[in-house]
Amino acid sequence: MIAEFGLAALWLAAALAGLQLFAGAIALKGRAGELSRLVRPVAVMQGALTAVSFAALVMLFLRTDLSVKLVVANSHSAKPFIYKLAGTWGNHEGSMLLWVTVMAGMGALIALLERRLPERTMLATLATQAFVGLGFYAFLLFSSNPFERLPMPAAEGMGLNPLLQDIGLAFHPPTLYLGYVGLSVAFSFAVGALLTGEVGPTFARVMRPWVLGAWIFLTIGITAGSYWAYYELGWGGWWFWDPVENASLMPWLAGTALLHSASVLAARDALRAWTVMLGVVAFSMSMIGTFLVRSGILTSVHAFAVDPERGSFILVLLAIYIGGALTLFALKAGSIAEGARFSATSREGALVFNNVMLSAILGIVLLGTLYPLLTEAFGVKVSVGPPYFNPVGAIFAVPMLVVMAVGPLLRWRRDAFARVRKSVIFVGLIFALLLAVLLFWRPMGLLPWLGMALSVPLAVASVLPLRGRNLGHLPLSVWGMVVAHFGLALALFGMAADSALTVEKLAAARIGDSTKVGPWTVTLDSVEPVAGPNWIALEGRMSATYRDKAESSVIAPQARSFWAPPQQTTESALLTRWNGQLYAVLGDETEDGRWQLRLWWKPFVTCIWFGGLLVALGGFLALLGRVAVDLRRRVAVRKIAARKEELEKVQGR
Amino acid sequence: MRLLSALCLAISLLLSGAALSAQDSMPPAPYAYRQLDDPDKEAEAKALMETLRCLKCQGQSIADSDAPMAGDMRHQVRTRIEAGESPDEIRDWLVERYGDYVSFAPRFDGATWPLFALPVVIVALALGLLWRRLGRRG
Repeated sequence: MIAEFGLAALWLAAALAGLQLFAGAIALKGRAGELSRLVRPVAVMQGALTAVSFAALVMLFLRTDLSVKLVVANSHSAKPFIYKLAGTWGNHEGSMLLWVTVMAGMGALIALLERRLPERTMLATLATQAFVGLGFYAFLLFSSNPFERLPMPAAEGMGLNPLLQDIGLAFHPPTLYLGYVGLSVAFSFAVGALLTGEVGPTFARVMRPWVLGAWIFLTIGITAGSYWAYYELGWGGWWFWDPVENASLMPWLAGTALLHSASVLAARDALRAWTVMLGVVAFSMSMIGTFLVRSGILTSVHAFAVDPERGSFILVLLAIYIGGALTLFALKAGSIAEGARFSATSREGALVFNNVMLSAILGIVLLGTLYPLLTEAFGVKVSVGPPYFNPVGAIFAVPMLVVMAVGPLLRWRRDAFARVRKSVIFVGLIFALLLAVLLFWRPMGLLPWLGMALSVPLAVASVLPLRGRNLGHLPLSVWGMVVAHFGLALALFGMAADSALTVEKLAAARIGDSTKVGPWTVTLDSVEPVAGPNWIALEGRMSATYRDKAESSVIAPQARSFWAPPQQTTESALLTRWNGQLYAVLGDETEDGRWQLRLWWKPFVTCIWFGGLLVALGGFLALLGRVAVDLRRRVAVRKIAARKEELEKVQGR
Repeated sequence: MRLLSALCLAISLLLSGAALSAQDSMPPAPYAYRQLDDPDKEAEAKALMETLRCLKCQGQSIADSDAPMAGDMRHQVRTRIEAGESPDEIRDWLVERYGDYVSFAPRFDGATWPLFALPVVIVALALGLLWRRLGRRG
């Protein structure tokens, strides 16, 4: 019954989306009357119904209902509770249901909360949200039904891929999806504003918190995903320029650009068309990412060609939505005035520069990700990886980071370079000094060298906007900017330090043998069998001593064998100090009875993820600041209205 | 005659099966999980390994994989570096064997020129855009 109930809720939600689109479209024509009042409640109802549908699927997974095809294919009765729960979205159908649920939920939220925009633009926005939603409802219901029953219940489920049986699965996909799909709101606002031609500061102020929210989740999702890959894959890599990773990076790049251009639009009424364009592009990148991940095209273009139903479906959706929005933009962009003007040496100037650089990086990542798929379709297999992305991306990233250091110090509209000259020289001197010191210290690659030398002045520059200001009265959004920019500098430092300073040691050790890796001495004390709920493992107990300290710490990496489905994974052991991480993996036993160990000392590697989290925290502070200001404004407006009313009453008498 | 050919087929199948299983159960090649003694050469080998694709994995380099084939390729890279071959020679040798797909560093040729041409176009576009928005009013 639960499955049928969930499916029915999904169909109803889809029908409501249809109604929402219809009513919104009629209202735009100006002939709706009563019908236009339906749009908001319908959007809320649609959100509630998808939530019910998703809850039904969660229930099925928690109960391990073996008459449902999806549960049988992806779950197992012996799986721990948390993975039964997370297993709901650890598969194609479930994750697409999560996608639709988030999308409808976001629509419901803007319908409930957003009252600042002209009602016509709001209706156009909600109609767009419903229009996009409909495509994905159709995708779910016609080609990826998560509630499909089996003719005969199975005896046992097939289990979940052991690589996914990790706490990361519980958080990574939901946060990433909130980010991905949250950008749909930006898309709908942009299309809505294009339809009614009302693009201005209010539009930017309304859109900004939603984009910020989505962007925060996206940042956390990418950061968490990177750390998950780092400790789960067992080789110490944290970013592979894998198409799946690029699929999450591209919306982030577009979202970052969008946030910054929206603040120019909100503060200065400039960059109107550019902001709308980025709103369209950001969610388009989410959809392209979904296509890449969900169509099977990544495994092989040919796998896609063998079973093209799902892939073609998303491809058609992409063509309709992205093509449609871009066409609309091309038709309407001319009617949007350019907005206020500004000089090159100004806050806007720096923001425009970095917007263009971010878009260029986005272009490179998109090109490098899609190009191999394109050539494979013509029978030529090529690979595009780190040796391409790193240097070509850096061509744009380095100037962007340099301008990022200076931009926040500049004033809006017009500024004189002389005013910030001292700060720029100060920061520039640190950079030059570090470049020289690092050059003489030890040999390293060009990019790690640049990255390390750049990260420190960048961190210093990020806090310079606080100088000479009353810290107690500083708006939260300024704190947000400072924290986020500092976080980026920290992450850059971690990335560069990891590539420049990592020490690797592969060893074959007998019990009792000691191995040196960087400042650590690691002794293999014993190898013991251990068992978990659905796996058995060999656990290597090691004691690690840092330099010549007396006390040692125990680390215990495992080589796990899962039995449902049968697969082996390595569980690395991490020992974190303030200045880096010791990373240990237990390999196979050699023929002469020794154990293969893989050890890494990775100085400052944790800065990467702390930096990422700080970037997200900065976004959160900014969001908090914006919402607080908005709430205060609302209260004030209400008070003024009440007083006016009172006054009129008094005067009326 | 037919019997004979059937027998041949059966034997060859058996043999190839045996060969396959032997390949899977063989211990990994010595340099799959062992570093070169010379740290400079090891660094050179490691840098090269990070740019070679593990053909049996999804999107990982041979420096990031437990797959037996990645181990064999690491062994190849390390022994050849040890023997004094340059990283480019080794890459060319692997590309000759496995095709362009094995190298994460795309080569400039008839099939890949847009990968190098488009960034130049993007630079030009970016400069043009910046000139239009910022330059004239500076």
